Order: sequence, then structure tokens, then C-alpha cells
Amino acid sequence: MSIQHDESPKLMKGNEALAEAAIRANMQAYFGYPITPQSEILEYLTEQVPKRSKAVVLQAESEVASINMIYGAGGAGARVMTSSSSPGFSLMQEGISYIAAAEIPCLLVNVQRGGPGLGTIQPAQGDYFQATKGGGHGDYHIIVLAPNSVQEMADFVFEGFRLAEEYRMPALILADGAIGQMMEKVYLPKEGSLPFTQHDWATTGKPKSRERNFITSLHMEPDKMESVNLHLQDKYRKLRKEERYELFKVKDADIILVAFGLTARVCTKVMDLANEKGLRVGVVRPITLYPFPSDIIASLATPNRVFLTVEMNSGQMVEDVRLAVNGKSPVYFRGRMGGMIPTPEDILLEVEALAEKHNLIQV
Amino acid sequence: METKIDSMELVYAKPETLTDTPMHYCPGCGHGVAHKILMEVIDEMGITENTIGVAPVGCSVFAYMYMNVDMQEAAHGRASAAATGIKRVLPDKFVFSYQGDGDLAAIGTAETIHTVNRGENILMVFINNGIYGMTGGQMAPTSLAGMKTSTSPYGRDCATMGTPIKMTELIANLPGAYYVTRQSVHTPAAVRKLKKAIKASFEAQKQKKGTCFIEIVSNCPSGWKMTPLESNDWMEKNMFPYYTPGDIKVPQEMK
Amino acid sequence: MITGTVIIATEICKGCELCIASCPQNSLALSSSINRKGYRYAELVLDNCTGCINCALVCPDSAITVYRQAKPAKRASSPSLSAQTA
Ligand SMILES: Cc1ncc(C[n+]2csc(CCOP(=O)(O)OP(=O)(O)O)c2C)c(N)n1
Ligand code: SF4
Ligand code: SF4
Repeated sequence: MSIQHDESPKLMKGNEALAEAAIRANMQAYFGYPITPQSEILEYLTEQVPKRSKAVVLQAESEVASINMIYGAGGAGARVMTSSSSPGFSLMQEGISYIAAAEIPCLLVNVQRGGPGLGTIQPAQGDYFQATKGGGHGDYHIIVLAPNSVQEMADFVFEGFRLAEEYRMPALILADGAIGQMMEKVYLPKEGSLPFTQHDWATTGKPKSRERNFITSLHMEPDKMESVNLHLQDKYRKLRKEERYELFKVKDADIILVAFGLTARVCTKVMDLANEKGLRVGVVRPITLYPFPSDIIASLATPNRVFLTVEMNSGQMVEDVRLAVNGKSPVYFRGRMGGMIPTPEDILLEVEALAEKHNLIQV
Repeated sequence: METKIDSMELVYAKPETLTDTPMHYCPGCGHGVAHKILMEVIDEMGITENTIGVAPVGCSVFAYMYMNVDMQEAAHGRASAAATGIKRVLPDKFVFSYQGDGDLAAIGTAETIHTVNRGENILMVFINNGIYGMTGGQMAPTSLAGMKTSTSPYGRDCATMGTPIKMTELIANLPGAYYVTRQSVHTPAAVRKLKKAIKASFEAQKQKKGTCFIEIVSNCPSGWKMTPLESNDWMEKNMFPYYTPGDIKVPQEMK
Repeated sequence: MITGTVIIATEICKGCELCIASCPQNSLALSSSINRKGYRYAELVLDNCTGCINCALVCPDSAITVYRQAKPAKRASSPSLSAQTA
């Protein structure tokens, strides 16, 4: 899909750009509950939508209600979105499991904050496991897109809706408080440039011409339940062709940094600093965290290379990197937690230490 | 018995809005009657094509197997949130939720109250059988004081387990509730009254009046460990004094 | 005298007896044989059914269809009469 953009940029907050993009993507309903650092999304929509479209924007009584409203409205065939931040997103997990099982397309947004518990309102990436490994109960996955700029906050709304509708499954924009709050130039996607999908499975009222439609995740017979699972797994396999990532100078790199979202921005900075010092450092930025771009990482794994995964958590994506590398290169991890953002200087020290340890100092 | 039906006219048959799938409910369970009457009204009003229902988690989880309209099966307690979602994007369709007392009055209490408080233009059908049927007869928020269930084996002790909740009276206080009534399905007369209440609710929905809420005090022969006839008798003697059938909130224009 | 009859889907019937209790004519009783599900089912045992539909209304499994002797054809009512009853 090629998104058409405005010719001139706007200066916007990540959360607002995302909300604006949702309006331009002809989102038909939004249900959400306030939580920092993403409340601007609900605020922006409640302010703008009444003036500009017929879309439903409803502040629900909780995230539990929001996600089940998404189930209902999405099941009725509407283009629907909700957003939250970590604690609220945890509350949605049961509903997301139902939505995944019932194959309802929808766009979810988690502007992460530090945890566990009520945690902090500062940015973090501690919900990687929850986002990419299913999050709720049962065997399921959702599409996970990790933006690292305000531009991507806007673009991934279009991309997310498209993927969700094509694969009949939830798509998640996994951002963090910093991306949500930062102001940047953004070329907004053009209104109406996302074609609308008609869903023949939706519960819109049963005309005489067809059997009734029902949306359910209940299958009491184990063989039926297994076949539903097999169907989902098959879909996830097909989804792998949507893997997306960005590569920076990996071809000649001795040290490959792997990072997503905000930390990927830090890592490209580290790469520049390291390159100046004569160290051959490259960066892999997974854009789809599910499906995870394992193949490209596997193809880069060689005995004379070192991987360093950088995250704002205690080491979550690094597990997927290790699986992809599969022992062919050493894999290290560097992270900060609780709302702390790693500084480029911090990571550079780590890179230098690794270079020394593995004799990678170039002259 | 042999009687000639050639010369007779058909006066009652299963509504077309019910599928031919045999119901899984225990013998004599009120769920079946409630389903039938709901579907009968939809049939008679000619709104089959414009109706979307939401089934709960509870014994009626399979309602969509029997109700021949577009249906969604919601998570436990969230039927009214799902119904809100449907109604908001399809405001001109008829939407109903169908929920048990565990679903609507325990785990889904917040959704119930806020759905009604927003005055969502839907019909909420609330089956109060004073017990968790599906999971095997545990105590419900509506279980009567002293009632023995599998999780209140010595009887419900209100001091520690709370008093049986009168959800219907509670939500009747909310301005969003348009028409609130308590009905039952254990006698032909009761069934006829329920039918009127359902019809009035869909009429109100057409006029976008707000939430209509029908509690059906019902039996659970299996959970109560009684025969169907005993259970209806027990219901009249024990449930009705506390959950007394009758209208609770009727707008002036409906009187 | 109005007469009626019921057809009971005996394979659907679960023998709950609610119809039996609701019949003002005591026309119904449980069978002595059982259906394939193992239930004794309701059946018409007397010839006095009026077709009141009570049994069908309370049947949870919608197993009962009711027929009634057709009323004598209505006389064409005069316009003035129908205006009064409208
Ligand atoms: C989140 C969650 N918790 C618990 C359950 C288990 N559960 C299924 S039905 C039910 C209670 C149903 O009782 P009620 O709503 O009164 O309906 P009934 O079966 O009596 O018709 C429970 C606790 C569940 N399915 N989901
Ligand atoms: S357990 Fe109770 S509520 Fe459930 S079908 Fe049986 S009688 Fe009905
Ligand atoms: S129709 Fe009326 S009279 Fe006839 S069997 Fe049923 S309840 Fe009895």
C-alpha cells in the first residue's frame, strides 16, 4: 500500500498525529479511556470528530468496556480503534484474545509507560512480551507495529487498518510515551486514501438472502477448536510476508545493534558516534515486532559478528534476536527500565567494551 | 390421541426466528421460553433483518445457535459493552443483549450500569435465576439470603457474602433507563405479559428513547436441584417475595 | 364449542411437564414410553383440547404446535360497524 501524503508538513505531537491519521483513515468508531501518556488521542478525537465526521467517539467506563465495545462495533463491520497505555492495555487482554479468536479486525494503540504495576508515566518498552507473544490467554498473535517517529505514528494508522482488515485480526501500534509526546514534522496521510473493506461476515442484520452471521470464539468440540487454532496459525504464517524492518550499515558491521521504536533512534546515534571512532557498527530496526523479522537477523548472524540488543526493559526482544541468531553470533543486551531512556553515550561505552572483548577494534 | 387437523387452523407454532437446533438447556429451564418469546416478538414485528443480538457467557452462551438473527457472543459480563459497540455503529438497527445474573450483576456490573447510564438505545434482557447455572450452581449476587449453593453450602450469609442484589431497582434510578420491568416465564399469563414488555421495548428502541431493561425471574432446576415444576413453585414462594414481578419504571407516555 | 389439538415434537420434548401443569383442560400427560434422548414426553391423552396455546407458550423447547377449529367465516361487517370498533 502506498499512502498518499499532504504536500506540506505539520508540526505535531505523536499522539495527535496518530489521532489525526485515524480521522483521515475514515475510522468509524473509537472507544477509549483516559490514561497518561496517551490521553491526547481521546482528547483530540473528542474535539475534532464532531466537527468533521460522523464517526463514533466514546469515552468508555474502563478499558475493559472499551475493548468489548471494539468487539461489538468491529464485529458489526466498522473500522474501529482504541488506545491506551500499559496498565490499561493489560486490562484489555481478555478482550483482545476474544477478538483474535473471533477474527475481528481492529486497530489497537499502546503508548507504553514504565511498569510493572502502576509504574511511572515515563516511556518504556516493557510490554514487548505482552504485545508479541499473545498477551491474553490461548494461542494467538496480533500484528505489532513499532513506530519510531511522529511520521510513523501517523502512517502506521493506515498500515495498521490495512493489515488488520486484510488478515482479519487486531493490529497494534506499540509506541511509548516519548514517541507519543514528542513534537516533530509530519506529512499527514491524505484523507480517504485508505479504501474501505466490506465484510460479509459482519453482524449487520440478517437479510433473507443469507444465513445468520455470528461472531463467537466458543467451540466446545476439541476437534473444532483445534481446527480454529490451525486456521489461526496458518494465517500467522501467511502474515510473515508482511515483515518489515530497517537496516543501517549492516553489511560491513562487526557489531549490530538491534532496537525498535525510541531506542532505535538512540542506536542510530550510537552508530554514528561509533563510526566516527572507527568502529564498524550497524543497526537493525524491526518495524513489525510481530511478525518478527527473524530471517534478516538470521542472515546477518556470522561467527565474527556481535549483536547488541538495546531496549527500555529488562531484555525482552533480545530473546527473539537470540532465537533468530541461533547461536551463530554472540548476542548481548543492554537495557534501562522504569522510564529511563538509555543515552547514546551509555550505549557507546557498551559498544566499545564489546569491541575490545571481541577484538573488533579497527585502525 | 387422534384428532383431525385438516379442518383446523394453525394457532401456534415455533417462530421462524428460532432455528431448528434442539436447545441444550436442562428440562424446564426458563432460558428456552425467554428465547422463544424474544424471537417471537422479533418475528411478529418483522424486524428480523434489522436485529442484532448479543449472547453472554453463562448457560445462554449458545443463544446464537438458536436465535436466527445476526448474533455476537461476548466475553463474560461484557455483553452490554459489545451491544453498545454494535448500536453505536448501527444506530438504526435493533440491538439486544441477553445476560444471566452472574454475567450482568456480578462480573459485568460496571458495564451494566454505564450502558444504562448512557441510555444506550438497546434492550437488555436479564435472566435472574439466583445462581450460576453454567458453572454448576455456585452462588450468584442474586442468590437469596440463606440459599444453599455449591459455594454457599451453609446458606448465603449476608453478613459476609453480601445481600442479594436488586439490580433492576438499582438501574431504574438511572435517567438513561427508559422502561424497566420485572417479568417471569413460568405461566402462560406471565409469558403473555413478557411478550408485551418485549414488544414495548423494541417500540421504544425504534423511537430512540433510551435503555429498556427486562428482568426475567427464572428457574434453574438443575442448580436448585429440583424438578422443573418444583422449581417454579419454589420460585413463586421464595424469589417472588424478594424479586416481585411487575413494572419498576414506566414512562408516562407508555402508560 | 371450540376444539383444538396439539402436535408435540416428541423427539424434542424433554419431559419437563410444564405444559401439563399449564393445561386448563388436563389434556396432557407424560408418555409411558421414552424418546431417543431417554425422556418420557408429553402427549395428548384426552379429547378435550381447546387450542388455548397455554402449553405451547410455556414450552421451553418450542416442541408444541397448536391447531384450533376454524371459527365460522366472519360476516362482512358494515363500514359503520368497523368504524365503531376501530
Ligand atoms: C472471565 C470469566 N470468569 C469466569 C468464567 C466462568 N463462568 C462461566 S458462566 C459463569 C456464570 C454464569 O452464571 P449466570 O450469568 O448467572 O448465567 P446462567 O448460567 O445461570 O444462565 C461463570 C462464572 C468465565 N467464562 N469467564
Ligand atoms: S443449569 Fe440451570 S440455567 Fe442452565 S440450562 Fe440448566 S436449568 Fe437452565
Ligand atoms: S392447547 Fe390448551 S387445552 Fe390444548 S393441550 Fe395445550 S394447554 Fe391444553
